[in-house]
Amino acid sequence: MRNYEIVFIVRPDVTEEDVDKLIAQMEGVVAGAGGKLEKVEKIGRRRLAYRVQKQREGLYVLFRLQGSGDTVKEFERRLKVIDTVIKYMTVRIDEDLERIEKFKALRAKQESKRRRSKPAAAPAPQPAAEAPQG
Amino acid sequence: MAVGRTNSGESERPQSRREGGPSGPKKQFFRRRKVCKFCEEKIDIIDYKDSRLVGGFISERGKILPRRLTGTCSTHQRSLSLAIKRARNIALLPFATGG
Repeated sequence: MRNYEIVFIVRPDVTEEDVDKLIAQMEGVVAGAGGKLEKVEKIGRRRLAYRVQKQREGLYVLFRLQGSGDTVKEFERRLKVIDTVIKYMTVRIDEDLERIEKFKALRAKQESKRRRSKPAAAPAPQPAAEAPQG
Repeated sequence: MAVGRTNSGESERPQSRREGGPSGPKKQFFRRRKVCKFCEEKIDIIDYKDSRLVGGFISERGKILPRRLTGTCSTHQRSLSLAIKRARNIALLPFATGG
């Protein structure tokens, strides 16, 4: 099982309802192809940096899922068939997720080390340092 | 022995460097930020979807800016260039802007 992130762009003239319907349909595809959905997000309307199928704008939708290559293959096949989808891209993110975990662990280690090394010197800045991380 | 050598090299260097010398009061270098933005803000993974962040590292024509201009560290420049290329693929950033 791997983690993937699939972004696709829907034509801007599609109504909100139809987008929701499309998303529901794609959720079904993920479940049907043996994937586990982690997150679905409508990023919203964005200007395209270049024209895609004569469109200058697009509705971005993000899917984050766990699955095998076959899941992604099926997902992409379905996106290709749907003609309101003008562009899509899949990115494998499991390595990134691992790196995030690694950095998190590393920072926590450093943080605890720092605390142990000077417990009396800096009682006041400690809560301030904690706040952005939480 | 080797230590002695490097020391002499270091002592020579300031002499060769022009410090307001004859060769260049003209060449006033633009002082760039010393630290990489991603290191400073502790951004581990550069997200290609954040087009505002990533878009700051391309030129007017859509080219990826070199490290010497942006001060990005080597590790982050590599992941940045990947992020820019991904963003281009999904139409968040241009491949090339016609001039």
